[in-house]
Amino acid sequence: MTAATIQGKTGPWEMVIGLEVHAQVVAKAKLFSGAAADFGAEPNSQVSLVDAAMPGMLPVINAYCIEQAVKTGLGIAGAINRRSIFDRKNYFYADLPAGYQISQYSDPIVGRGAVTIDLPGGVSKVIGVTRLHLEQDAGKSLHDRHPTLTFVDLNRSGVALMEIVSEPDMRAPEEAALYLTKLRSILRYLGTCDGNMEEGSMRCDVNVSVRRPGEDLGTRCEVKNVNSIRYVRQAIEHEAGRQIAILEAGGGIDQETRLWDPVKGETRSMRSKEEAHDYRYFPDPDLLPLVLCEAEVARIEGSMPELPDAKKARFVAAYDLSAYDAGVLVADRETADFYEGVARGRDAKLAANWVAGDFFAFLNKSGKALAEAPVDAGRLGGLIDLIGDGTLSGRLAKEVFEAMWESRESALQVVERLGLKQISDTGAIEAAIDAVMARESGKVAEYRSGKEKLFGFFVGQVMRATAGKANPALVNDLLKRKLGG
Amino acid sequence: MANLTGLSIAEALDGLARREFSAGELVQAHVAAMAAARPLNAYITETPERAIEGAKAADARRARGEALPLDGIPLAIKDLYCTEGVPTTAASHILDGFKPPYESTVTANLWRAGAVMLGKTNLDEFAMGSSNTTSYYGAARNPWRRTGDNRPLVPGGSSGGSAAAVAARIALGATGTDTGGSIRQPGAFCGIVGMKPTYGRCSRWGIVAFASSLDQAGPMTRSVRDAAIMLRHMAGHDPKDSTSVPRPVPDYAAALTGDIRGLRVGIPTEYRVDGMSDEVTALWRQGIAWLEAAGAKTREISLPHTKYALPTYYIIAPAEASSNLARYDGVRYGLRVPGGNLREMYDNTRGEGFGAEVRRRILIGTYVLSAGYYDAYYLKAGRVRSLIARDFASAFETVDAILTPTAPTPAFAIGEKSDDPIAMYLNDVFTVPASLAGLPAISVPGGLTRDGLPLGLHLIGRAFDEETVLRAAGVLETAASFTAEPQGRWSP
Repeated sequence: MTAATIQGKTGPWEMVIGLEVHAQVVAKAKLFSGAAADFGAEPNSQVSLVDAAMPGMLPVINAYCIEQAVKTGLGIAGAINRRSIFDRKNYFYADLPAGYQISQYSDPIVGRGAVTIDLPGGVSKVIGVTRLHLEQDAGKSLHDRHPTLTFVDLNRSGVALMEIVSEPDMRAPEEAALYLTKLRSILRYLGTCDGNMEEGSMRCDVNVSVRRPGEDLGTRCEVKNVNSIRYVRQAIEHEAGRQIAILEAGGGIDQETRLWDPVKGETRSMRSKEEAHDYRYFPDPDLLPLVLCEAEVARIEGSMPELPDAKKARFVAAYDLSAYDAGVLVADRETADFYEGVARGRDAKLAANWVAGDFFAFLNKSGKALAEAPVDAGRLGGLIDLIGDGTLSGRLAKEVFEAMWESRESALQVVERLGLKQISDTGAIEAAIDAVMARESGKVAEYRSGKEKLFGFFVGQVMRATAGKANPALVNDLLKRKLGG
Repeated sequence: MANLTGLSIAEALDGLARREFSAGELVQAHVAAMAAARPLNAYITETPERAIEGAKAADARRARGEALPLDGIPLAIKDLYCTEGVPTTAASHILDGFKPPYESTVTANLWRAGAVMLGKTNLDEFAMGSSNTTSYYGAARNPWRRTGDNRPLVPGGSSGGSAAAVAARIALGATGTDTGGSIRQPGAFCGIVGMKPTYGRCSRWGIVAFASSLDQAGPMTRSVRDAAIMLRHMAGHDPKDSTSVPRPVPDYAAALTGDIRGLRVGIPTEYRVDGMSDEVTALWRQGIAWLEAAGAKTREISLPHTKYALPTYYIIAPAEASSNLARYDGVRYGLRVPGGNLREMYDNTRGEGFGAEVRRRILIGTYVLSAGYYDAYYLKAGRVRSLIARDFASAFETVDAILTPTAPTPAFAIGEKSDDPIAMYLNDVFTVPASLAGLPAISVPGGLTRDGLPLGLHLIGRAFDEETVLRAAGVLETAASFTAEPQGRWSP
């Protein structure tokens, strides 16, 4: 799936993909005003005089948003620019109250960085990040509330966004999906963006071009409005296909901005290069250049949590997990924390199997969030303890887990309530074996005359006689000895 | 009782303190004078009820012994300052019906000090002009006339209404804003004091923006002391304006010691420009003599990039304006002229809402910021601006203040220069460099022309050294003893 080329009618083609991600900064207030930035509030209920661009209003930088951007920059191994500049991007639209968006053009807050993605087969690939800059969101035009008028909701106007621009380093839709997933994971670890694409707090524009392998970059098209990871894959697939079809028919690609239509599953032209806006960027004279002092950057650096790559490496080293298992567990911070809560002081591998296996199967089926799971890390750990000390067999443990999920009891409570404790008393097992052998004397004779595959039959009989509670290892040992008798 | 409208702010405060008259009487006298002077068109909106209410409250406070520093002082406010609940027009059609639900920081500071508002004064539309003739509400008139010539003259601009109001004794003082000379040039044209403080001294919050990196609020008064008093209650750090500076505000009036012995004053060679009248040159020489007589040492200095100041200003200011004025789009407030779609509504609203000069500057500004022209114009202008600032910085290594004329000519007749924007722009030739460098500067009336029109002298100081500027201005004021008053013929 990460094949370097795709086959066209006239030969192989290579896709070249870059992403521009708009990530809404997690913050109580907007980038340049004190208004709240909550999702889903009544239209125009979170609008300050600055957000509405009333005459004489001035922007004031929200220091917390700056900290969040620096944190994110550090999280993607980006160069933190000690001096950055806010520019005005000028264009007219009804939901852009000032007639310009405050953004960063020539001097962004974060320069070059990188995000590592894990390809199938244990291969990693580094995707370059060109820059991260801060900018304001625009408001929202509502075209469906009135037959002839457009309504404008300015709640989002002025909300802080980080635009994270990647290098054109991806070569397949799946790589783009992995990049986006990894980036989202980092943002969530940092708590700088909630990564919620449905609510629009993370949005994505995709740049796609195609070329013959080894040749120079082709002409790219920018596809806007691609707002889920699934759509990113689809949009790239479709757009690359469209471009290849044009090129193979002898045509040329026009550099343009296209719009992803998720309903039709296709991209369509939005504006050509000639129609592109001249944004007349210039430094916003209402804001001084943003200067970060070393101590401030160092303080933020000191507050950074362990990020997915480091955590994964630690899980592999400390818990002896496979890279794959570790990768699954660190994909989000809650899961990783949950796993560590289960694994601490226990069989880490067994803990990984339980977390990634039964626990997630139940969780996914329930549709619940991790924090709402009826079995918490402590209880799942308690269950693993009972496996470790021989109280429960693996099979019994599954039964106990199911009951725990239903009743929210601890493993011990379930075991006691249902009397599911494993029988490890040799005497009791021997008695059960003796009874089975007495009842099935014919089969005993057959076994002893060489029909060894009957062993499984005896195991089954003994387990049935003990209602499945006999310690399977003990049953095996004792049966072998007695049948061999 | 004294002629209440003829007092300075300092005298009025004394009179109020000594209970010679009440704030009510002081304000009433101004309300009556304001009504009588309507032909000057100095005010766009008069707020007499508000002023009278304010005076009552001031008198009550004074009676309780809780008088505020400016209690009961009636002021005129340039209609570029947003005033809560009072129409704020920027002298533009496009702000029709706009009543801000907020008060600018500077006016709020003045009201907190007890001052009361007489009304909102006329200006060039969006403060773009040097003659107050671009106002949608009609030209404001200079209360001065040439001897033997009844043609109405411009009060200068853009703070022309404020200057006319103070000169005509229909306000004890006024606020202005200065972007390239908009306080100082009308001050000179109307024979009053106009001060532009250092960029960052006064908050710009709530003042309709023209060119953000240049706009600065300042006082317009009939004396240097009044300017010092007003500025103290206008200035101060405002967390809502990132470009306002967190420095304590000194008691500026205390700086008016009259002692400038040993003060080093620079006379810039490059300010001897073509088209400067003999009388202006003569006054400048006189100003030098006055300062030297008071013990200052004057010396010739060079500000080599002066000649680039006007073109630089006329790139930077329109560029910022073109962006600042984009918000007047008919969507949220002010004028909306309907259209078949959004684009048409924009075209109709902005086409009808903005006057010719504003449209011209938006076009210039849009052009200089356009792709392919940005480097040649805006970027280069920014570099030249740095050089101009550096000229001043090196000059201030050897001098403490700089003396120049305020404007190359006295007030001209309404309509005289309106067909030639470039000639109009030349009015700002002496004031623009200090604006570009963000330095404090003041215009003080120095004398009259043979025609009987006032001329101003202009002092520029180091950043945040308003005190030296005011002290030297006080010495010039004393030496000039400018006592002439406009003739008081407000007839149309």
